[in-house]
Amino acid sequence: MTTISPETLALPVAMAVAAGLVGCFAVMRRMTLASDAISHVALPGIGIALVLRINPLVGGIAALVIGTILVWGLEHRTKLPTEAVIGVVFSAALAIGSMLTSGENLIEALFGAARSPGLLEVSLGCAGAVLVVAFVLRARSRLVIALVSSDLARTVGIDVRRLDLVYLLAFALAVALGLRYLGVLLMGSLIIIPATTARYVARSLGSMLVVAVVISVASTLLGTLGAPLLHVGGGPLIIAIAAGFFMLGLLWHRRA
Amino acid sequence: MTPNALEVEGLGVRFGGTPALADVSFVVPQGGTLAVIGPNGSGKTVLFKALIGAVRHEGEIRWAEGTRIGYVPQKLDIERDLPITGFDFLRAKASVLRAPEADIRRSLKLVNLTPKVASRPIDTFSGGQFQRLLLAFAVMGRPTVLLFDEPTAGVDEPGEESLYAMIRRLQKEEHLTLLLISHELALVYQHADTVLCLSAGHRTAFFGVPEDVLTPERLREAYRVPLKLHVHDDHLS
Repeated sequence: MTTISPETLALPVAMAVAAGLVGCFAVMRRMTLASDAISHVALPGIGIALVLRINPLVGGIAALVIGTILVWGLEHRTKLPTEAVIGVVFSAALAIGSMLTSGENLIEALFGAARSPGLLEVSLGCAGAVLVVAFVLRARSRLVIALVSSDLARTVGIDVRRLDLVYLLAFALAVALGLRYLGVLLMGSLIIIPATTARYVARSLGSMLVVAVVISVASTLLGTLGAPLLHVGGGPLIIAIAAGFFMLGLLWHRRA
Repeated sequence: MTPNALEVEGLGVRFGGTPALADVSFVVPQGGTLAVIGPNGSGKTVLFKALIGAVRHEGEIRWAEGTRIGYVPQKLDIERDLPITGFDFLRAKASVLRAPEADIRRSLKLVNLTPKVASRPIDTFSGGQFQRLLLAFAVMGRPTVLLFDEPTAGVDEPGEESLYAMIRRLQKEEHLTLLLISHELALVYQHADTVLCLSAGHRTAFFGVPEDVLTPERLREAYRVPLKLHVHDDHLS
């Protein structure tokens, strides 16, 4: 049986905290479909990295950053609805990525891998998670005002375009953190499902952030620890558990 | 002579080549009240968006030095379906402006909103309570100018101070310059120092004192329908 040390859990927990926080604002910005699609853009990057024989995660992260900037630019420079822009860009990314990646590599890229990360990857991943968490907590007031009204945000001196870009980059970084564990198909779900559950049960911003983080971390820990026991993939189990919390949230909300 | 809080010259806004506002000029003295009127689609809200820098424009907008703007947008432009309480919303502004917590209590008091109401999620606020919350948000950070886009008639709570009366009280207490978009011509006639009347199709914009602008001829030209202004005593307060 695979033994799981506390060090092995550090990166998944950090990833889950970042995903829970960044997801709250994605849900409130009505980016639920978009966020799933954004994670797909990592696939062609992973494919190109495999062709070039470099670390697939490096390729995935590079593709996420480029894709995010592309979406932000198109959103601000064209009159196309964001959903349409994202639909075109990321569906194309998934198609191209599937052509560049094949076999086991494709399955790993889509659903995550069971291999443990090295110390360097854990350190860099944790640093990335700290960046995302620090951004969301520091920018939460600006994000809240921009959510309610971008015009109000401008009167308070908030650069809404810049805030949008930094948020999307933080989102992309959160996706990148989970590529190893959940893959491009499932990482978007870890960002969205806990935050959607929290959106449903919370009555204030603070409680939404706390509930989303708790569900995200609990799903990740239970999934990571339970997968070897149940002989299933960690990524799919994490998302199944998160979906279970969502169902409980629905029931709790109906009874409340 | 009172210095001007705002000077606007030859202001124009286009969306993809279509004019939304054309050649608008006016001034607002410090502490004065300008009412912006005009039919739907004449560019009233676009004018406010240009004034706060939310849309690109031609012409010149000159705010007095040290101007701080408080803006109350139309309710339709606002996202309300969020798990955010009134306090969350006000605290967000206090945090961005680095204003003390006492400023939040002060703003709530100014608009007669109780802390109990402010601690509820904003999607549970009545129309009147939500407008008061937006007004509380606007007056935080002690603005020098208040821009109010259509205080909605009919949202006032029974037995409470009307929104218009509240705005006038705030203007007096906080020494504000007030720019107000309104459909209530009778109130405009009584309380505005100057009126800017935008016209359908952006052909002309009339600016002057209410007696000169709110004439049947000019209103007909702006609205393209015959309009007559009746001023009733019950609007006086």
